Amino acid sequence: MGLLDKKYHDSNIIIVPLENALNWARKSSLWYEQFGLACCAIEMMATAASHYDFDRFGILPRSSPRQADVMIVAGTVTMKMASRIERLYEQMSEPRYVISMGSCSNSGGPYWEHGYHVLKGVDKVIPVDVYVPGCPPRPEALLEGFLKLQERITNETVVESKPDGK
Amino acid sequence: MDEIITNGVQKQEMVINMGPQHPSTHGVLRLEVVLDGEVVKKVTADIGYLHRCFEKHAEAMDDYSKVIPYTDRIDYVSAMNQEHGYVIAVEKLLDLEVPERVEYMRVILAELQRIASHLLGVGTFGLDLGAFTPFLYCFIEREKILKIFEKVSGARLLYNYMCIGGLMQDIPEDFKTDTREFVKTFRPKIQELNDLLSSNRIFIDRTANIGVLPAEVALNYAASGPMLRGSGVKWDLRRNDPYSIYDRFEFDIPVGKGEVGTVGDCWDRYIVRVREMEESLKIIEQALDQMPDEGDVKEAVPKRVRPAEGEVYVRTETPRGELGYYIISDKSASPFRVKARAPSFVNLSILPAISKGALIADLVAIVGSIDIVLGEVDR
Amino acid sequence: MKSDALKSPEEIYEYLKASFDELLEYVPAELGQSWITVPPFSMKAVAKFLRDDPALRFNTLMCQSGVHYPDEDELGVTYHLHSTSHKHTLVLKVRVPIADPRVQSVEAIWKTADWHEREAWDLLGIVFDGHPNLKRILCPEGWEGHPLRKDYRQQETYLGVTTGA
Repeated sequence: MGLLDKKYHDSNIIIVPLENALNWARKSSLWYEQFGLACCAIEMMATAASHYDFDRFGILPRSSPRQADVMIVAGTVTMKMASRIERLYEQMSEPRYVISMGSCSNSGGPYWEHGYHVLKGVDKVIPVDVYVPGCPPRPEALLEGFLKLQERITNETVVESKPDGK
Repeated sequence: MDEIITNGVQKQEMVINMGPQHPSTHGVLRLEVVLDGEVVKKVTADIGYLHRCFEKHAEAMDDYSKVIPYTDRIDYVSAMNQEHGYVIAVEKLLDLEVPERVEYMRVILAELQRIASHLLGVGTFGLDLGAFTPFLYCFIEREKILKIFEKVSGARLLYNYMCIGGLMQDIPEDFKTDTREFVKTFRPKIQELNDLLSSNRIFIDRTANIGVLPAEVALNYAASGPMLRGSGVKWDLRRNDPYSIYDRFEFDIPVGKGEVGTVGDCWDRYIVRVREMEESLKIIEQALDQMPDEGDVKEAVPKRVRPAEGEVYVRTETPRGELGYYIISDKSASPFRVKARAPSFVNLSILPAISKGALIADLVAIVGSIDIVLGEVDR
Repeated sequence: MKSDALKSPEEIYEYLKASFDELLEYVPAELGQSWITVPPFSMKAVAKFLRDDPALRFNTLMCQSGVHYPDEDELGVTYHLHSTSHKHTLVLKVRVPIADPRVQSVEAIWKTADWHEREAWDLLGIVFDGHPNLKRILCPEGWEGHPLRKDYRQQETYLGVTTGA
């Protein structure tokens, strides 16, 4: 247990608002969909591999959208791919998040002007929570994107207040 | 779907969609697989999910050098090799001589990139077949190469470092020591990889005798790179049609010999990649010894790139095979036509021919052994 | 190129003249490789001869590219051939009017032409007679126009999604 080793007795009780506990749990196990599109996917792989190590944030790859919490749109989205991305997003279960990684999926990037077959920003088909700039973003930038997403999750309200205010 | 009746049992063919979102298609490739039970009867590759209009962009640019960033993105796993091919082609159009120091630097970078690309190809091939650890080991080494590249060009993946007639900026002082250090530490790691994966019994069982590509089929399909050499054809453009300064180096061309199965199976294609890394190390060492320490890397960079009317087809050897640039110039500042003959595009077109009769689980091995990059297939 | 020394395009042209007579034309180039122009309706016969003749043996088609020449209102196909046994290379060119862009397919001669020809049809609209499966390859089915033509205008929407910014 590292730092926490032998620091507490078994009779200790932690009191924490339910919402904080739920959000803490949710943000600490963000499973992302293992799904690469283009150049950014290579950086995404590098982030998941030995040097940068996604795992230490509880971020694990899942091969099916139905098991994933977050979709990283890593690369250029083309017109042919756009409808498939929409389908994959629909298959994910709530609550779901989208990280748009790199210039291409943010806005079309270098293919903005003459790319007849490139979608100019993935936010035209699915809602995006975090945009990570760069072409391609460094692994540190993608990690920063995840930290931003965690921040967002921490501030979310998942608990419904009672209608009569009690 | 056709109904098949054998021995009075009625069976039905099944069509399975593999991709575009599939963990082992190395990107957005879609395969339409017709199955009879678990046996593959027919594969149709549906590509174009990453068609980023490279050729249109190349024609739309108002300068030949502005195409270089787009060449990086064709094959994002071996960007240096792509740049190398393109700048050689334009230099040939311009009839431009490049300083010695630049030539050596380009060769060293191209070979380092070949190692980085093969590490990724081999690592993910293992990953496809369920071997997770080699992937992590390969990425440790790959990061070291990327560190060198970052020091040189400022970028990790897409460099835009080579320019027409030279290099974008001067070579850092400690480049030679860094590279020598890498060569020294990397050599024993290849043996480690061999112990971990190449001679692994499970890995051999999954790859030997699978997806056999006979040499004459490979030639008819114009396969190149490890795909062709895996079938036992000793063909490497660095030796057979030398470009840049490759005729000055001594190195071997590894070919598939069918050591654990048949010549031209998945294992042969894999082992060619592993052995090529050793040969690249040899080239890097020789180039480091011969490279001059002094010289301006921008000496030959032209102020204006305006080739005469004409056309060239230049082919270079990238980690995936023969990369050809067919460039037509009409005397204006922007290229009239740039066609990139991408090795992955051609190599992938063989897939339907070699996967007939394989099991569906082996299809993953066959796709992995071709080592495609979808950016290059779709451009 | 080194391989040119073995047999220059001019020598190959002289050799081919015996079999194809007036059909072919030799075009010397100042920059890059010289080429031989082939009429579109005899492409397959020429290709077969080039592949099978023992003195030529062009067993691989390195590259096949479509080109649009807007000034002449023509489309063209360029073939880059190579022989691994004789180590020589050759460039062939075919030109067709844009109104009726039909070229004989060489898919049966070199299998690699399958995808190259589909790409040329997709991006430039060149029709290859005799190709077994001439469908779009990079753009999706139902895409409008042929993008690599110089007068191409991008369609505004595809499946309800805008292609512009």
